[in-house]
Amino acid sequence: MNVELRSIRKTFGTIQANAGISLSVPSSCIQGILGENGAGKSTLMKILSGFFHPDEGEILLEGERTIITSPADAIRLGIGMLHQDPLDFPPFRIIDDFILGRKGGLFPDRRRAGKELKALAAQFGFDLDPDAWVDTLTVGERQQLEILRLLWLGAQVLILDEPTTGISQPQKEKLFATLKSLAGQGMTIIFVSHKLEDVEFLCDRVAVLRQGQLAGTAAPPYQTSALVRMMFGKDVALGARTAAQPGRSILSLEAVGIDGARLQIRDVSFRVCAGEVIGLAGMEGSGQSLLLSSCAGLTRTVAGHVGITDCDMTGHSYHAFMRKGVAYLPAARLEQGLVPGLSLAEHFVLSEGRGGPFIDRRAAAAAARERIDTYNIKGAPSHPVEALSGGNQQRMLLALLKKELSLILLEHPTRGLDIESTLYIWGKLKERCAQGAAILFISADLDEVLQYSDRVLVFFAGRMSPALPAEGLSVERLGELIGGKGWGAFARETARA
Amino acid sequence: MSLDVILVGLAGVLTSAAPLLFGAIGETISERAGVTNLSMNGKILLCAMGGFAATLATGSIVLGFLAGAFIGGLVALVLAFASITLRQSQVAVGFVLTLLCRDLSYFLGNPIMGATGPRLSTLRIPLLADIPGLGVLLFRQDIMTYLSFLLIVGVWIFIFRTRPGLLLRGIGERPSAAYVRGANVNRLRYLYTIVGGAIAGLAGPIYSLSVKAGWKGTISGLDGMGWIVLAITIFGGWNPFRAAFGAYLFSFLQWLGLVLQPALPGIPSQVLQVAPFPLMILTLLFVNIGNAEWVERSLARLPERGRKRVVKILRALNVKPPSALGTPFEKE
Amino acid sequence: MREGSLSRAALRAAAIVLALLLATLVMLAAHAPPLAAYANIVLGAVGSWDVAANVLVAWVPLLLATAGLLITFTAGLWNIGIEGQITLGAVFTTWMLRGLQASSVPPALILACAVVAGMVGGALWAMLAGALKTFGGVNEIFGGLGLNFVASALNLWLIFGPWKRPGVASMSGTVPFPPALWMVTVTPQSRLSISALVIALLGIGLVYGMLRGTHFGLRLKAVGRNEKAAYLLGVPTWQHMMFSFALCGIFAGLAGAIQVTSVYHRLIPSISSGYGYLGLMVAMLANFNAALAAPVALFFAALNVGSIQLPIVLRQDSSLAGVLQGTLVLFVLLAQGVRQKLTGKGAT
Repeated sequence: MNVELRSIRKTFGTIQANAGISLSVPSSCIQGILGENGAGKSTLMKILSGFFHPDEGEILLEGERTIITSPADAIRLGIGMLHQDPLDFPPFRIIDDFILGRKGGLFPDRRRAGKELKALAAQFGFDLDPDAWVDTLTVGERQQLEILRLLWLGAQVLILDEPTTGISQPQKEKLFATLKSLAGQGMTIIFVSHKLEDVEFLCDRVAVLRQGQLAGTAAPPYQTSALVRMMFGKDVALGARTAAQPGRSILSLEAVGIDGARLQIRDVSFRVCAGEVIGLAGMEGSGQSLLLSSCAGLTRTVAGHVGITDCDMTGHSYHAFMRKGVAYLPAARLEQGLVPGLSLAEHFVLSEGRGGPFIDRRAAAAAARERIDTYNIKGAPSHPVEALSGGNQQRMLLALLKKELSLILLEHPTRGLDIESTLYIWGKLKERCAQGAAILFISADLDEVLQYSDRVLVFFAGRMSPALPAEGLSVERLGELIGGKGWGAFARETARA
Repeated sequence: MSLDVILVGLAGVLTSAAPLLFGAIGETISERAGVTNLSMNGKILLCAMGGFAATLATGSIVLGFLAGAFIGGLVALVLAFASITLRQSQVAVGFVLTLLCRDLSYFLGNPIMGATGPRLSTLRIPLLADIPGLGVLLFRQDIMTYLSFLLIVGVWIFIFRTRPGLLLRGIGERPSAAYVRGANVNRLRYLYTIVGGAIAGLAGPIYSLSVKAGWKGTISGLDGMGWIVLAITIFGGWNPFRAAFGAYLFSFLQWLGLVLQPALPGIPSQVLQVAPFPLMILTLLFVNIGNAEWVERSLARLPERGRKRVVKILRALNVKPPSALGTPFEKE
Repeated sequence: MREGSLSRAALRAAAIVLALLLATLVMLAAHAPPLAAYANIVLGAVGSWDVAANVLVAWVPLLLATAGLLITFTAGLWNIGIEGQITLGAVFTTWMLRGLQASSVPPALILACAVVAGMVGGALWAMLAGALKTFGGVNEIFGGLGLNFVASALNLWLIFGPWKRPGVASMSGTVPFPPALWMVTVTPQSRLSISALVIALLGIGLVYGMLRGTHFGLRLKAVGRNEKAAYLLGVPTWQHMMFSFALCGIFAGLAGAIQVTSVYHRLIPSISSGYGYLGLMVAMLANFNAALAAPVALFFAALNVGSIQLPIVLRQDSSLAGVLQGTLVLFVLLAQGVRQKLTGKGAT
């Protein structure tokens, strides 16, 4: 289906998300939409898929002016969107998730739908059991399910929003093959991403958005530097790698075992020294989150010992770990990291702890202002935290860290942040390392893992690799390990040792 | 005690569980859609009074039940408007409604206090009623008890087997996903809150026209039943069959208490009267304790095999509410 | 800013008018003369010094209950079990008075011990609900409610069993205590005790200051608004929840102790008189604001006392007060929703 967007405008409050974007995508084409976070990609796609109505501008399908009133309306017209976090029902069986939303009689024919699901899956080499539960699937498999579902509903235009975040390398290859075959069958594919590499590899053409406007378009062969200039409006130099000078031992795990809801980790041992940055890579739910939270005492270990700076902390609570200088920063900033309704100043008072029963509001405001300046947070001490943008919330979390820390544990420290905030955050984290802290972080962004880690731990189905030096580790090798390939080598190494 | 007496007693257990069932299954429907209707306790009183008053005024038992359903739906509508349209806390509004409905029932029911009126008669099912044993137990009940059996099965089929039922579960689990699949989440939540409220509202007239016929104001002995109903909903894990098990268990234990009272003179009657409430706390404890942090911590100290067994038992008991229960839906 | 508070006031006024209108309709439906009923309530509340003093007598436990509830609300908890906590406060007070009344301990000291015992009783009962919540995962609404019924059964059993009047047990309660063990009242006939009034006002003032200006208050707020984040920021969350339960229980127990020592001078079956539930309504109507709680509680106390005469004068049930209070809170909640919808702000 030919899709055309004409001077689309959309404003949220004072922010102009789309400032007159025009774009035309013919059928059988894989169109890449590239841009930083906040460039307006998601808004544009949500307008096309019926989530938002544009303030101005129009949408043409096969040359006809069309008004799309809702996502359901969009799919009736043949436009399906795959969201970054697939909009499915984790507690349901796959077949129920598949059927939900399809029109039909009072009693859906589950058997027939199951057969059709299997047939569709076979077509693309997917392996989905209709009777399995959605929450046992990986993000990649949930994407596959959503794609099949949208095709089953008759989608002719498929929008994919950052689909390569959080899936393994083999799954990514499978996804790309699927998209190419769909385009070959005449479908229109719109591929939204901020990853140059993926877009360059997959797309027939690319549109780059910056600050709500179309910054330019490109066709293969792509010039990476030109795309980067269009994305950022300037050249961006990524920070140079700095090798750590490992100091004293900060964290030691000895034969640790952890029981997760669905996963068991057994016999994990390693040691982290001051100044080191350790990246934890793996598909979501492979055990890295369990390990990270048990290094903070948030998840109990069932075997082995956890030591922080020579003290055995096995079985102690998070607050005991905190007193040893451990800090844990969750991925869900506003849900788990900050308290909506409290002001920035109140957060600082809260994290500093006591000092008399009464709060000295004036001193608190002054101290808050100082931190806000140091960490370059756009907000005032009296503002509630929920008024901050994502990047500023992450800065806020960093600003809340105590002065003396030995171990900082982070989940997805830069997820959803623009490049400027990302660089800033890592700058601050590296400062902490220089002061003698060690860092463990989880990231789905392999480039981030390789860029900032000294050593990398890869997780696959509850197994942990030995710590691999990041230098000399390639994205491809890392991707393979995440997908479960090439683990035999470790066994041989262990056997030799 | 002869077998016949026991059978009659058990038949009474089924009868007295009927209002609990209507209440719990109505609430299950509403909560499956994501709306907690905490007004149950007051609502049952108001519907009992309203249903009895309507029957007194018209002489029609059917109109009494319709009045109960209508009032139940109306109260649910107020809650739906306040929580879905105006986005106020479901707990706060529900709690205010439960107190308001209770006082309304006492105030408006003042003139008909102690009046005698018609009550639901038993409906013998021909032939089946003469089966030895089963006939007494199952087929000499009143119409609402029969309907309560149908309600369990019917609502279970609706929720777990039909297409609209699937959507109902969807809007309670993940409204944003249901929305992109074409559901008008808020309109459906209104619908199911009101339908659930109306079904639960029938519990009132079942009391005032059958189980505890008449209206006796504060001494009706109905105050508190609504909370039991809400606890059964949780115990039932939002599944009509499990809720039915809870309702029957409760009324069986209550009956057992009455039967055993003469045998245990040491236990004062006040204790037996409130026995359902500690029981309610205990059952909620059983279904929830698996989630507690200290349980997890102490489990971690158990040896591997024993731990697995305990975890299995706790998981089986454990219930998980619809993920979006109590949270308003907004499309971005 | 001023415009905002103006529209807020206008909406509040509209809510009150609508609530009165609805209550009037209810009265018409019950064939009650609304004007006469309202007049009766007003006269019943402020018609004489005696009834006005009675309003203050009702104000004391209501204010204490509300003060305690503001603490648990701040921690994000619905302490519906407060009724039982008031009852247990009264039971513990009675137990202490019974134990010491025949001894040679000076009456003032007995009284003090009894009041402290009441506070302990309320706190223990509240911590039971808190333990069920924090260690058993039982929602405090259900745990508290169940405990309310248990408390009232325990109370009844004591009155009709171990503590029954010599001869025949009756609904009128236990044998009254000797006047030496009563809290001093303004006149010997009155039930209004200045010290009780001072205690209640001190209590609400204390809670106001604690929630506004102390680290403890701020930590409670954090726990109430985002438990997980508060924990990660270093706040011992379950300890704070338990502590807020205990504090609320202390206030509730104090209310129960005052009911026994200055109002009834004995233990009666419905000693908590619904002040706990009413306190929840007061807190909601005052929008969980300690400064507003005192006047709102006074108003509710006036409604309660004012409607006592309704059954005698107009042959109407005194639950009309509850109907009025319920519709008021309901409409104020609705008005708050309308305002948030108009200003585009979500519920906070």
